[in-house]
Amino acid sequence: MEKKKKFSLRLLGNDLRKYSDAYILVIPVIIFYLLFCYKPMYGILIAFKDFSPAAGIWGSDWTSGHGFQHFIDFFQSYYFTRILKNTLVVSLTSILFGFPAPVILALLLNEIRNEKFKRVTQTISYMPHFISLVVVCSMIKMFTSDKGFVTYLLSLVGGPEVSLLTKPQYFVPVYVLSGIWQEIGWGAIIYLAALSGIDQDLYEAARIDGAGRWKQTLHVTLPGISGTIIIMLLMRMGNVMNVGFEKIILLYNDGIYETADVISTFVYRKGLLDFQWSYSAAVGIFNSVINFIVVIVFNRISRKFGEVSLW
Amino acid sequence: MVEKRKHNSAGEGKITPYRIFSIFNTIIMLFIILITAYPVYYIVVASFSDAGALSRHVGMLWLPLKPYTLSAYETVFKNPLIASGFLNTLFVLAAGLVVNLTLTSLGAFFLTIKGPMLKNAITFMIIFTMYFSGGMIPSYLNVKSLGLMDSLWALILPGAISTTNLVIMKSSFSSIPDSLIESARLDGASYGQILMRVIVPLSKATIAVMVLYYGVSHWNSWFNASIYLRNSDKFPLQLVVRNILNLASNSAMTAGGGADEIAQLADLIKYALIVVTATPILVLYPFLQKYFVKGVMVGAIKG
Repeated sequence: MEKKKKFSLRLLGNDLRKYSDAYILVIPVIIFYLLFCYKPMYGILIAFKDFSPAAGIWGSDWTSGHGFQHFIDFFQSYYFTRILKNTLVVSLTSILFGFPAPVILALLLNEIRNEKFKRVTQTISYMPHFISLVVVCSMIKMFTSDKGFVTYLLSLVGGPEVSLLTKPQYFVPVYVLSGIWQEIGWGAIIYLAALSGIDQDLYEAARIDGAGRWKQTLHVTLPGISGTIIIMLLMRMGNVMNVGFEKIILLYNDGIYETADVISTFVYRKGLLDFQWSYSAAVGIFNSVINFIVVIVFNRISRKFGEVSLW
Repeated sequence: MVEKRKHNSAGEGKITPYRIFSIFNTIIMLFIILITAYPVYYIVVASFSDAGALSRHVGMLWLPLKPYTLSAYETVFKNPLIASGFLNTLFVLAAGLVVNLTLTSLGAFFLTIKGPMLKNAITFMIIFTMYFSGGMIPSYLNVKSLGLMDSLWALILPGAISTTNLVIMKSSFSSIPDSLIESARLDGASYGQILMRVIVPLSKATIAVMVLYYGVSHWNSWFNASIYLRNSDKFPLQLVVRNILNLASNSAMTAGGGADEIAQLADLIKYALIVVTATPILVLYPFLQKYFVKGVMVGAIKG
């Protein structure tokens, strides 16, 4: 055993010498990951302690409940079910409506025969993707205010003439629909690429077999992009716990926390605005752990479906 | 069968279900253009309108409300925070891109080298961060403990590498034939030289994609600035914009119904400010889109 260890250490020494010029290149990268990714992971310890900046991470006292007091407090609090539910509702509604939208747009664009019109439509449909979140969110707020044109259009079909983002019941629709507006064109790119990769001979063959346009779509086009659709869906599902929290912070207000407050926005408020560092770090870990499990599960599944996975 | 094919060919006068579908499809596309472009058009038109008329206006807007005015733009350009915000953003963009590209390409290149014993361990170390992170609070305390608070480097260093971008870059690097690297090795080139003289010149398109991805994220970012910076003359543009927009809506509210002139102007300034901030990227993106599109493709293939 001793011998073997010595042997492998010598091997490592030789390896380090042989590839020294390669290792030198990667040192700054390793420093980055240690300093900005792994050091914060060590910082997770504060969730099990009552962190005080003066005592430092290591020097702070462990909490009662064998270090789990913050978790116990969180699970027993009124907020636990609310923010967990909101996270899932916001995320799953976004997937339910936001995921099919770009697929449908790509299929429809694919049927446009006029190349110029197709290109112009596509370029315009990307536009919202390039407007910064700060600006998009203030546009959303203005247009859904009591004088905004979205509220006005809705009032024509019987909607209320109030600022939509002051009413809890309208938060999720506003969030999801504006999300579709932002990303439908950008999201369609990948499906259009998959569509252009379909072998044209397949269409020819289908035509010879007497398939009309609709049948061609059903039996050639859809199977041709189903692989891409499944992979994209699995990747999106893997991110189910990651809600676009910057967008929520920019949109919400304390009147609609009931539906708009998600785990990450709660962590932000408790931690960075109320300075309850340890408690909010505990809530954050709860999110990270669930996220980790979900990502692993969906990555496994997507590996089964195709050769594609996160790595 | 011949008839079926005729049905499908374009340029025939007969009304087929597909022709009806095509007409509907074109209408749907026009509708998509309308709902995408109208909100942006609204903002532009509103920004040239009269503040008082605008504050009384409800509903759709197709032309600026008279009398036309540029006063909102004057106020925006006179605001010293806008100018300093632009400069801060430019600094973060320039310095950030240098750091981003250097570190990302070093990491991506190392992952394509065949042979080093520690490669698997380092790969794991990098990829693991895609699955798990310390989270917001520990990251914040980390930046604080490194003494980066209130420094623009706090906006650059913590995000120096996006692991997703590194993976995209790695997959593009690994499409370069091994024989090129091996023959350079035989000529006595070090890995650093190979990266600079072989890999980088062959990967210009991927590097362009990376410049755009990192660049857009620097341009748009505001959240880190809002938690790491205290001093308002260090704020990047997006944070300045966010603060002004928030302030404007608050002052409009406290003024009660917008009768007050200041509140009306504040509202108008919002529109002008949005036009000013969004214009640079909206003018650029149609020309750059082919690189973005390419990036989406490379990203989709991954690994």
